[in-house]
Amino acid sequence: MLHHEEPEKINYLKTVLVGIFKDNTIFRLAISLCPAIAVTNSMKTALMMGIAVVFVQIMVNITVSALRYVINPKVRIPVYMLIISGWVTVIDLLTAAFFTQIYKQMGLYIQLIVAFASILARAEFFASKNRMVPSFFDGLGMGLGFLLALTVISFFRELLGKGSLIGLQLINAKPLLIMLLPAGGFLTTGLLMGFFNWIDMRFYGGKGAGGATDQ
Amino acid sequence: MEIKRKESDFIVTVSPHVRSVETVPRIMWTVVVSLLPALLCGVYFFGLRVIFVTALCIVGALFSEWFVEKLAGKPITIGDGSAFLSGLLLGLTMPVTVPFYIPLISSFIAVGITKQIFGGIGYNIFNPALIGRAFALITWPRAMTSWVEPSKMFDLNNIGAAFSNIGMWLDGKTSATPLGILKLEGIAKVFEPYAAKADLYMNLLIGQRAGSIGETSVIAILIGALFLMLRRYISWHIPVSYLATVGLFSWILGGKEGLFTGDALLHVLSGGLMLGAFFMATDYVTSPSVKKGRLVFGFGCGILTVLIRLKAGYPEGVMFAILIMNCFAPLIDRNLKQKVFGLRKGK
Repeated sequence: MLHHEEPEKINYLKTVLVGIFKDNTIFRLAISLCPAIAVTNSMKTALMMGIAVVFVQIMVNITVSALRYVINPKVRIPVYMLIISGWVTVIDLLTAAFFTQIYKQMGLYIQLIVAFASILARAEFFASKNRMVPSFFDGLGMGLGFLLALTVISFFRELLGKGSLIGLQLINAKPLLIMLLPAGGFLTTGLLMGFFNWIDMRFYGGKGAGGATDQ
Repeated sequence: MEIKRKESDFIVTVSPHVRSVETVPRIMWTVVVSLLPALLCGVYFFGLRVIFVTALCIVGALFSEWFVEKLAGKPITIGDGSAFLSGLLLGLTMPVTVPFYIPLISSFIAVGITKQIFGGIGYNIFNPALIGRAFALITWPRAMTSWVEPSKMFDLNNIGAAFSNIGMWLDGKTSATPLGILKLEGIAKVFEPYAAKADLYMNLLIGQRAGSIGETSVIAILIGALFLMLRRYISWHIPVSYLATVGLFSWILGGKEGLFTGDALLHVLSGGLMLGAFFMATDYVTSPSVKKGRLVFGFGCGILTVLIRLKAGYPEGVMFAILIMNCFAPLIDRNLKQKVFGLRKGK
């Protein structure tokens, strides 16, 4: 299984698009919802979180792909976890050093990237079977999909909850206070999930915007 | 003599063979009618703005039902009265002073999201009207708790007063509900304006107190509930066990001087308890259908209501208590289901 025969050609653009749309972490796979609810009540923290995940996802994919012949399949999960936690520590310390203010707001959610199902899943399903360049694009796509989802959710939550965008006060009121609470996070995520499903069914016949039917 | 029979008399079909005249629209519209006394009492005490607020809720509910069903390509069911009923119930739980957008948005949350997105009538987990109100209370806490003193706005000698404030509430005469006073200032303050304790109970029965549109008058609600019970549309199990539990536990835990010193009557008559116990906790879809289960359901609602009223931050807990117990309704049903005769154990 591990030394899977590698496909002849991989369409990189398609790989990225599948990660963003068809296999979108939040809207399609519905995993990693905890941080998606927790950090999305302001766009700043959501963007920071998304960027951190893009970074970790790409680096983990590349590392796992590079080491895929070295890792003993029997102990692969602990090894993946070590790799993931290594890269999470890197981004954690980087954020703490350069974006102290946002880092304080986000609390431990950057460190929680370690426990992301999506990152381990991509290491297991994709990076361990593919070469480094496709793995890079796969990580990019998955990360960007997560970033996109967080951006859209936090856009609505911050605009409706605080009347501001990225900290910039647009309306001098708080139209829907509930949007800042976890309940509002679930509500927004659920409605957006439904909206993306609807787009999928309406325009792509349920196949996903990436156009791929199967991996 | 030979009895002439049509061929169709011999065709055997699968059950049900006996069809009742009770249909969903019939039940829903009957419940709507049974809520009219409470609504009329609201108009009497708070003026014609009551009609305005309730109408906004109903229009919002009907529009949400139509809109979501249209989007989903489902048959339009706005005529069956269920959305109308949800809107009316939501309207009855609003303070009369709310700005116009609150009824509209919360009725969309109630019917569009809580009911339609979960699959329409019969599939909702939570009571739509209560979710609408919970949404409004959390989102606009100040607007949803600014109560006014009931002032017999519909006085025949001063008919103009009834028409004042319809578009927007301008009067500054605010007041707290009995439960609000109880929470913040203690029980002595609740009884302070009254010569005898019985005067307060009398006012609570009639509805002469601050509160939501339809929750104040206990008598009006009981008239509607009695009508529904006589028609056998609601059973006694949930309301009785709910009210009894609230009475019992507020008597045990409600007093300042120790156990068994609480004022049970005050707790049973005030707040949204009557409206909640008779019209919301008994919702067919979101409450257990087994009789034993209904008793358990009412008991759970009662305990949660008393706990929220006495120990939590909110002065009133009926809404959250019923919503929390709604989650448990399927579980209660499954565990207290009547054993089918002849079924082996462990199957």
